[in-house]
Amino acid sequence: MAELAIEIENLTKEYSFGFLHLKKKTSLEGLNMQVETGEVFGFIGPNGAGKSTTIKLLMGLIFPTAGSARILGKPISDIEMHRDIGYLPEQPYFYDYLTAAELLDYFARFHDLTAADRKERVQRMLKKVGLETAGKIQLRKYSKGMLQRVGLAQATLHDPKLVILDEPMSGLDPVARREVRDIILELKRDGKTVMFSTHILSDAEVLCDRVGVIVGGKLRGVGATSEIVDMKTQGMEILFDLPGTCNAPLLAKATRTGERYRLQVAEDQLYTAIEQLRGAGARIVSVSQVKATLEEYFMHLVEADRAQAAAVEVSGK
Amino acid sequence: MRRVGVVALNTFREAVRDRVLFNLVFFALLMMLAAVVVGQISIGIEQSVIVSLGLSAISVIGLLISVFLGVALVSKEMDKRTLYALLAKPVRRWEFLLGKFGGLVLTLAVNTVAMATGLLLVMLYVKHSLERSDAVVLVAVYFILLKLALIIALALLFSCFTTPLLAILFTAGLYIVGLYVQELRNLPLEVMSPAMTAFTKRLSYLLPNFENFNVMALAAHGRAVPGTLILQNTAYAVVYCAVVLTAAALVFSRRDLK
Repeated sequence: MAELAIEIENLTKEYSFGFLHLKKKTSLEGLNMQVETGEVFGFIGPNGAGKSTTIKLLMGLIFPTAGSARILGKPISDIEMHRDIGYLPEQPYFYDYLTAAELLDYFARFHDLTAADRKERVQRMLKKVGLETAGKIQLRKYSKGMLQRVGLAQATLHDPKLVILDEPMSGLDPVARREVRDIILELKRDGKTVMFSTHILSDAEVLCDRVGVIVGGKLRGVGATSEIVDMKTQGMEILFDLPGTCNAPLLAKATRTGERYRLQVAEDQLYTAIEQLRGAGARIVSVSQVKATLEEYFMHLVEADRAQAAAVEVSGK
Repeated sequence: MRRVGVVALNTFREAVRDRVLFNLVFFALLMMLAAVVVGQISIGIEQSVIVSLGLSAISVIGLLISVFLGVALVSKEMDKRTLYALLAKPVRRWEFLLGKFGGLVLTLAVNTVAMATGLLLVMLYVKHSLERSDAVVLVAVYFILLKLALIIALALLFSCFTTPLLAILFTAGLYIVGLYVQELRNLPLEVMSPAMTAFTKRLSYLLPNFENFNVMALAAHGRAVPGTLILQNTAYAVVYCAVVLTAAALVFSRRDLK
């Protein structure tokens, strides 16, 4: 079995609320999960599912109601373990009176680095995240994307073994998202373990060795995407052009996007459909298999959770 | 302790960049105005008026900074979530807390020393010379600084478990009560039951005694402050701050960040 970077056992978090704090809300319920060394692990779930709660518990920002967790073999209460981990909070906000270079230098001071080493690392990291020309500008003048890059720089400045990123792509434009994805892949190439939370499923599909799906504070599935999603072919998709007009019955089932048509048929009806379309004068552009995506799997879980919550509410009444 | 120092220096840098020390301009203008006016209208009691005015200004400005910035030390970091990235570094929560305390004490020390220098310059302008007995002004300034450190510690403690507004009210309230601790001890027996008397007496020893730090009257008349009072006040402030900061660290160490 691979060495474990993160081991979570029965981790539970309840919040008290109301005027006298007598009401309880369970944000995370009995989470059991493991992240292996060297992998990119995606923690996915809708907003309010418990992703950030889990990460905050791991980072010691909040405390568990029950259960425990170990990072790199050490309990999460051990602060010295923080030498080997990097963390990017969700929607990071840093001291805006500092410049990016000053902020990185400030954080580097907690890692017992010499002044020369700090200076060299700060410059290297600013270059790596594309901020070498903005390093002397105060953070209050930074855009959201720039702050995210500073956040990534501070999380990886001290060459950690494990990097935990909370919603690193949230709110970023496509260019910035691509840059963050590249940084995550680079971390993986450097042998780091990366755990990141996201609700952007395409990012998880592209980047992750394994994903954990959390909905309503409970872990619903964990493993490689191909393992947790039923990858059986659900049908065939034919993409075709139709220069003229025709009345073939199949066309009623097709979806038109611009000049192009898209038609989904069962696997055993593929050749019949192609023959009909060609007979009608269509030019076949491509034929591909339709498989369940992570998104469909995810939506199925979310809908099941909502249905369950609604049932509980009705029976409660 | 190195990590405490790193946090403290950054807290000082924050105060400087947020222009906290700009209050010195106000103090300088006040002192210049006082020098001109006092020189003309208060023949013979210039020293008393200038010293009283100067020490009062140092105390009030310091109080405002220590209460408002003391409460903001932790609450601002939690509200803006700047604390998240910091606590992910190998920093213990008590180290962060002590660093923030040290940083604001350093800020106020620089501020107070600058104001005290201004006060001495105005005294020199009005009296044309400074005497050995004027050193009592420095003792009074030192006591103000001890008092401010105590207020910062209290503000920090309250901000660890309540909202900023309530923390400001609690700190200011405790300061006002702390000015009348002696009166609380000497409440007349005939108006209270023995149990109530015992309770108020015990309470008066728990409350911070800010009265002892006020030597403005002695300073205004150039009278020396007993050495024992200097030692006693220093020890009192150090021990009281240590107890309050320990309590703050205990509360903060188990607090969930939102």
